[in-house]
Amino acid sequence: MKLPQAWRQPLAIVGGVIALAWIVIALAAPLLAPHDPLAQDLPRLASPGPGHWFGTDQLGRDILSRVMYGARLSIPLTLLLVVLSVLIGGLLGACAGYFGKWVDETIMRFADLVFAFPTIILAMVVAAALGASLTNAVLAVLVVAWPAYARVTRGLVLGVREREFVVSGRLLGFSAWRSLRVDVLPNVTGPILVLATLDIGTALLLLSGLSFLGLGAKPPSPEWGAMVASGVEVFDSWWVATFPGLAILTVVLAFNFLGDTLRDALDPRTARAIKERAL
Amino acid sequence: MSPTSSSEDLKGDTARRKPGRSGSRSPLIRFLARRVLTALLLAVGITLVTFVLTNLVPGDPVSANLGQRALGDPAIVAQWRAEHGLDKPLPQQYLMHLQGVVQGDLGTSQQSHRPVMDDLAESVPATLELAGAAILISLVAGVAFGVVAALRRDRLTDHLLRVLSLIGISVPTFWLALMAFYVFFYRLQVTPGSGRIDPTMSPPPQVTGLYTIDSALAGQWDVFASAVGHLVTPALVLALYTIGLLTRFTRSAVLEVLGQDYVRAARAKGLPGRVILFRYVLRSALVPIITVAGLAFGSLLSGTVLVEAIFAWPGVGQYAYKSATTLDLPAVMGVGLVVGGVYLVINLIVDVLYGVIDPRVRLQ
Amino acid sequence: MSLLAISDLKVSIGGKEILRGVDLDLRAGRVHGLAGESGSGKTMTGLAVLGLLPHGARTSGRIALGERDLLAMPAKELNTVRGGEVAMVFQDPATSLHPMLSVGRQLTEHMRHHLGLDRKQARARALELLGQVRIPGPEAAIDRYPHQFSGGMRQRIAIAIALACSPKVLIADEPTTALDVTVQAGVLRLLRGLCDDLGLAVLLVTHDLGVMSAVADEVSVMKEGLVVETGPRGQVLRDPTHPYTRALLESLPGETS
Repeated sequence: MKLPQAWRQPLAIVGGVIALAWIVIALAAPLLAPHDPLAQDLPRLASPGPGHWFGTDQLGRDILSRVMYGARLSIPLTLLLVVLSVLIGGLLGACAGYFGKWVDETIMRFADLVFAFPTIILAMVVAAALGASLTNAVLAVLVVAWPAYARVTRGLVLGVREREFVVSGRLLGFSAWRSLRVDVLPNVTGPILVLATLDIGTALLLLSGLSFLGLGAKPPSPEWGAMVASGVEVFDSWWVATFPGLAILTVVLAFNFLGDTLRDALDPRTARAIKERAL
Repeated sequence: MSPTSSSEDLKGDTARRKPGRSGSRSPLIRFLARRVLTALLLAVGITLVTFVLTNLVPGDPVSANLGQRALGDPAIVAQWRAEHGLDKPLPQQYLMHLQGVVQGDLGTSQQSHRPVMDDLAESVPATLELAGAAILISLVAGVAFGVVAALRRDRLTDHLLRVLSLIGISVPTFWLALMAFYVFFYRLQVTPGSGRIDPTMSPPPQVTGLYTIDSALAGQWDVFASAVGHLVTPALVLALYTIGLLTRFTRSAVLEVLGQDYVRAARAKGLPGRVILFRYVLRSALVPIITVAGLAFGSLLSGTVLVEAIFAWPGVGQYAYKSATTLDLPAVMGVGLVVGGVYLVINLIVDVLYGVIDPRVRLQ
Repeated sequence: MSLLAISDLKVSIGGKEILRGVDLDLRAGRVHGLAGESGSGKTMTGLAVLGLLPHGARTSGRIALGERDLLAMPAKELNTVRGGEVAMVFQDPATSLHPMLSVGRQLTEHMRHHLGLDRKQARARALELLGQVRIPGPEAAIDRYPHQFSGGMRQRIAIAIALACSPKVLIADEPTTALDVTVQAGVLRLLRGLCDDLGLAVLLVTHDLGVMSAVADEVSVMKEGLVVETGPRGQVLRDPTHPYTRALLESLPGETS
């Protein structure tokens, strides 16, 4: 792979640094945060200033500390979400592409159905049906996120399935599973990796969107979407909603910078396939 | 010596020649018929999915809709379930639902106690107006930015537009909506507040359900101004994501076309730059752009749920949110059907546009 | 009479010298063949005449069309020469015609632009041109699209487009390379005939010495950005002086010249 050269791009560096900073914040939040994110011991709705640089919310909690602790929720959950989507969508897509016929038809028509709904409306119904909780919000996003990977993987697998080394493996009598793992997998990982990087942002936007609607994290937890929602009630105190929103923006932006650079490093044809399907 | 052509050459051409104009129309019709059939199958699938989703997952509409006291009384619970057909077996419930859908009856909302159809008839035009305005803005701005970025490839403008469009697709819509509302309405007071028109005005006589168009048709220019004023901010907020998306996509589509032989051939013909850009480059680039714009409309509909919540826009997004959180099953299914239907119509429009733009689709 | 004179043409792209001082002389009613292996700079020479070199290309020397130097011409004026006085036919008609524009549109748009014809006049001229390049049924063909024609027919259409504004010079860049062997002869005969009938100066760029010997009056051979040999066809092909030309001729299988 030609990755090292692509990573030298300024956009990738900026994205990498921001992403790394957020991961450090998430890991070290207990050390970095000036206050307990749940303690209601500060003056209420204090504007940003010494002691509480991002201000306080309507319950007297320090917003800076809450934003920092929020990283411990949003970032790992988003990463987990994307990893699960890749695994589920990738496996289903690979099966569809490799076995073809009715397996392909069933899986892909199902994916089409999911695509026929705007993601958030479907996720909203799933989240509402399962009951509001952060875990269920993750499940809901998972339901709408896998088909993108299924489509891309299927397309890539179809591309390599008829190549000589795969065909000869089949003729030698290797099992389908071995063929998928040994011959097909290495050929599809690059594009899937790019798609996954780009999807981290989308997944976080969707997850925090659900929390914003009250279908994700429950009140005391410092989830960014939920914090923005609590800012709606007191939008006169602009800082309550502004900072958690900026947190979401910077994390999503960081991964989009990385993903966009990675995509340029791939050959244009694959890159376009990803772009069209990842919407 | 006079130029002559080899007989092989002529034969190859005759074999490909199509009968007249009338004969070339039928492939398009067959193509459309196939699309409509697929669309209908998908529509049935959509009703099934919404039905399954709202029924087979845990979550009890009874407890979501009845008070604590009523829940304690089995008789009231049973009566409520019977009233809403929840005591029948699921396949039968689905068939009843499907039968209703075909007759234009989507059931009664458990929340508003009105036919879901009536609720939707009010909210769908509001959302279509918002999403339609947003997609128009996105197409104009996104294509313009993308073309500029492609023409100024690797220059400062291009890098700037790349960063801006990446920011565009990274901003949380709900947060941006709130910020826009706070800054432009609350602080600067340059935009009107929430809703579709000024609360002191009455809506224009309904023709399309889109206030901007209806008020213009009725010649009520004050209402028109108010409707446009209320539309601008939420539509811009909603459009930001798709502008970013279309900018990035248009750029790569235009770059690909710019490298084609026929563009060089057009330059060799001495055509002016703008003719080459609009007639040669954009025409080709439009095909992939339309595909993406169609897909982007889906993500716009997602965005409406969040934007409508902030701007108190009485559309499908709000309705979907209310019915999902209260597990108002008929309403949720109605929304699913409408939204899925919009998706199908968009797909169909995209397919027709392919045929209009590209003669290779039209005359196979 | 010399119509187009290229002298000491140098082109470099990204610091790399592609052409290192090319001299060529095109005359009315004569086909001048430009031969050489790929990468020798023959296509670049053709593109340089119309100012169609890739971005970042630097040029020096002189390309004289009559009294005017095309290299020193402002972009706007050059645009009136392109397609007007100097026209070009490209290698692959499958990609050099716009797939979504009708044949009539692509035939008439530059006529209307350069010659100021109205829709009707341009259409009449287009029908005449289609007949001239031997497209059967011009009335029907004019409203059709490139994908509805065979490769040979498409190249004839491309030639008609090039001829539309009655240019004096025609640059044909490998015009038969992408075509089936069976239709190549027809297209070459057409080019030769048009050259004779219209008094065109044709620059025929090709790597195919067989094509060259069939139609060219003069032949120039290029190697590594330089013209190594030039002269009448018979002389260059039968009695080459430069070792490279000899090597080229010897590498031709079954060529008995």
